[in-house]
Amino acid sequence: MQERVKKPTFDVIGTRPVRPDGVDKVTGRAKFGADLKMAGQLVGKVLRSPHAHARIKSIDTSKALALPGVKAIVTREDFVEQASEFVPAGEMLINYRDVVRNVLAREKALYEGHAIAAVAAISESAAQAALDAIKVDYEVLPHVIDEVEAMKPDAPLLHDDMITAGVTPVPTKASNVAKRVEFALGDTAKGFAEADLIIERDFKTAPVHQGYIEPHACVASVSEDGSAELWVTTQGHWVVRAHCAKLLGWDVNKIRVTSSEIGGGFGGKTVVYLEPLALALSKKTRKPVKMVMSREDVFKATGPTSGATMHIKMGAKKDGTITAAEGELIFQAGAFQGSPVQPGAMCAFANYDLEHVKIVGYDVVSNRPKVAAYRAPGGPISTYAVESVVDELAETLGLCPLEMRLKNAAKEGTKAAYGPKFGPVGLVECLEAAQDSEHWKAPLGPNQGRGIAAGFWFNIGGETTVSLQLNEDGTLSLMAGTPDVGGLRASLSMMAAEELKMDVSKVRPIIADTASLGYNFLTGGSRSAFSSGMATVDAARSIIKQACQRAAKLWEIPEEAVTWEDGEVRPAGENAGKHKPMSLSDIGKIAGKTGGAIVGYAAISAQGAAPSFGVHIADTEVDPEDAGRAIHPSYVEGQYQGGAVQGIGWALNEEYIYGTDGRLQNAGFLDYRVPVASDLPMIDTIIVEVPNPRHPYGVRGIGETPIVPPMAAIAASVRRASGVRFFELPMSPPKVLKAMKAAGKA
Amino acid sequence: MAKHHVTTTVNGDSVEYLCESEQTLLDCLRDELELTGVKEGCSSGDCGACSVLLDGRLVCSCLVLGVEAEGRSIDTVEGMAQGEELHPLQRKFLEHAALQCGICTPGVLVAAKALLAKNPDPTETQVRYWLAGNLCRCTGYDKIVRAVMDAASEMRGA
Repeated sequence: MQERVKKPTFDVIGTRPVRPDGVDKVTGRAKFGADLKMAGQLVGKVLRSPHAHARIKSIDTSKALALPGVKAIVTREDFVEQASEFVPAGEMLINYRDVVRNVLAREKALYEGHAIAAVAAISESAAQAALDAIKVDYEVLPHVIDEVEAMKPDAPLLHDDMITAGVTPVPTKASNVAKRVEFALGDTAKGFAEADLIIERDFKTAPVHQGYIEPHACVASVSEDGSAELWVTTQGHWVVRAHCAKLLGWDVNKIRVTSSEIGGGFGGKTVVYLEPLALALSKKTRKPVKMVMSREDVFKATGPTSGATMHIKMGAKKDGTITAAEGELIFQAGAFQGSPVQPGAMCAFANYDLEHVKIVGYDVVSNRPKVAAYRAPGGPISTYAVESVVDELAETLGLCPLEMRLKNAAKEGTKAAYGPKFGPVGLVECLEAAQDSEHWKAPLGPNQGRGIAAGFWFNIGGETTVSLQLNEDGTLSLMAGTPDVGGLRASLSMMAAEELKMDVSKVRPIIADTASLGYNFLTGGSRSAFSSGMATVDAARSIIKQACQRAAKLWEIPEEAVTWEDGEVRPAGENAGKHKPMSLSDIGKIAGKTGGAIVGYAAISAQGAAPSFGVHIADTEVDPEDAGRAIHPSYVEGQYQGGAVQGIGWALNEEYIYGTDGRLQNAGFLDYRVPVASDLPMIDTIIVEVPNPRHPYGVRGIGETPIVPPMAAIAASVRRASGVRFFELPMSPPKVLKAMKAAGKA
Repeated sequence: MAKHHVTTTVNGDSVEYLCESEQTLLDCLRDELELTGVKEGCSSGDCGACSVLLDGRLVCSCLVLGVEAEGRSIDTVEGMAQGEELHPLQRKFLEHAALQCGICTPGVLVAAKALLAKNPDPTETQVRYWLAGNLCRCTGYDKIVRAVMDAASEMRGA
């Protein structure tokens, strides 16, 4: 494995300690969403629509409620209407008017698997019997699955009042097109006139599921005074609290949410499904209610990301200079508006320094589950199409695809089509690292091809709170509020230990519940190590300041006469040498006598999240990526490898397959095929450190960028190996064979 | 209908539980014996999160009925560490950062243990094919495979 990590000048950062939550996870002790059992808990289950599109004329729960062991049922009657109001969910927006309808269908069932009612009963079998006894009178309506079909004027309408936003003049008729977005720079007609070669292509990608192995699960317990406990697997428990309080009309402080260990999320656990139902059922029964989704429910009723239809046109000069680029993106939103078409449009051409660029996106509803964020939402989709066209431009012009990218790469000062100028970014460094890699230089065997593609992601900051307690024995307890999806507790402990010059094993981190810490936005947008890291450093600096104050008090000298050096509090100036320096451990021991507990608290809105770029080479897969500073390199590599493999699944196998009846035909891991160990090679990673100047330790988000380039890289490599160029994902084995036969290549 | 009374051995201890005819071994381990280290990812035998050893043989406990455990011997992830001493596989998973979210980890560890009992010196390909029944969505398997190979090497005394 090649190491590009600069020799760390730090004591802790850049090393690879065992993660603090590790032992619990290898011994089976760690408690995930479905692992909590409360005394007297009931089983909650959801009745789901068998129809892709149907008006719900009535729901009769009387027979079901009369069954033995059935304690409560909730339907649309139990949730009040919500006004149209958009709130952030990761990098995406959700609308409460839609969320309440997705949690439980109101006027219509809008996709197969749409929740209709929820029951609480004393056992699994009693709950199932209740679901079977609920009588729903449906008026089945014509449905539409495909996004292009859904845009047609005569398509079945999902929402009678949906008027396309972003279009002038404002349309007078409702349609399935929720929104049009556009980003433009320069004059593309002028740019295309300067081109020696113009390539225009159509692309189609299938929706793919985040595929976390842990299904959604929660346990809710509401007491007689209305205070509620909610245990849930989520990427953001403050966000869950906000959504539940809003939908139920409860005070936020009445709901204490604890995030369990989370068994994968990838964006899909940023929204609520079961949680408001479990709370409502528990309120009705005054007993704890546990709800766990089946895998089938996860596929049918929780967010995949969008499938898309795209048109890309790009022009270049003979020397490879890209002169203009245009794109049209049509993204599936699922049954409610809010596809990631906007971020998809924003990063489509972000890899390149372009003068003339225009991109238009459409957010289109159809009778599918509402999409949820999936790792760099929107980015991988548009990048696949754009990078495929760049590859074809290079091939047609007889240029090296890597050199063509180097020639046009975005760099510091590049103005992106969506507005901002980039600060220091590492795309050129990533491309150079790829060029230098053994992989790029390795010879290819027969029938092998090599593809390369680049990717970009924004990354976000946002509201974050961290509390750091210096304990009476000098150890530290760290509380963060962004759920740890892949080693966050390790990296936060390391940043605290680095700042406080302590042994990392003396820092014990936990993810606190919503009553124990100030607000935290969710883990998403590759923000948790960045934002919680920034807050941790702030909290650590507050500890240092307080430690100096305590020493000053003890030594009876002014505070200014105390300094923090080499992990010690020392008397300075004229007092230097007059008192014995104290370690943090010493200060912890005297805290009680010098003013009470020492707690560092940081509540920030983290700014300065820097974007990151990545480059993937595929024949086997290598991915040099721009990481900012790698706090714990093993988990940075892990993010790269995991993202690349999700991309391999997206490129080669994964897709939602619908029948003509509008029902999902592959709602299980047997038929929705995610990559398994035997499908894959080892995956080399190269960490390119371009520290983010706006983070105390240079951290950039790295969780999402790795999934942006792989589809295009693999498509380019399949092109070279098979001689056929593909414009549709997944490039599954039967499709590849068919296309090769058609082209006379097999 | 009255529940079935099952007597079985789990991680070396004799245990009893009551279960309904349709309850899976997975449900019995998790709900009746509270061994929640055994995870449920799909309940259709596709993800391997519920892997346990049944009389030494690797099975998905979601595909075994609770009543079938009568008189048998079951090993779960909870039985891998001996006192304070982690199993070499557990230790190597930590050293290699072979887990991110950790939901698949118990099943992968049990499956890897079964592999090494059968084949103490597996090739990379053998490890990959043996673990093909255990889905991991976070790691891309690279570090898992390395950890298993390293543990095998240590256990062989190599």
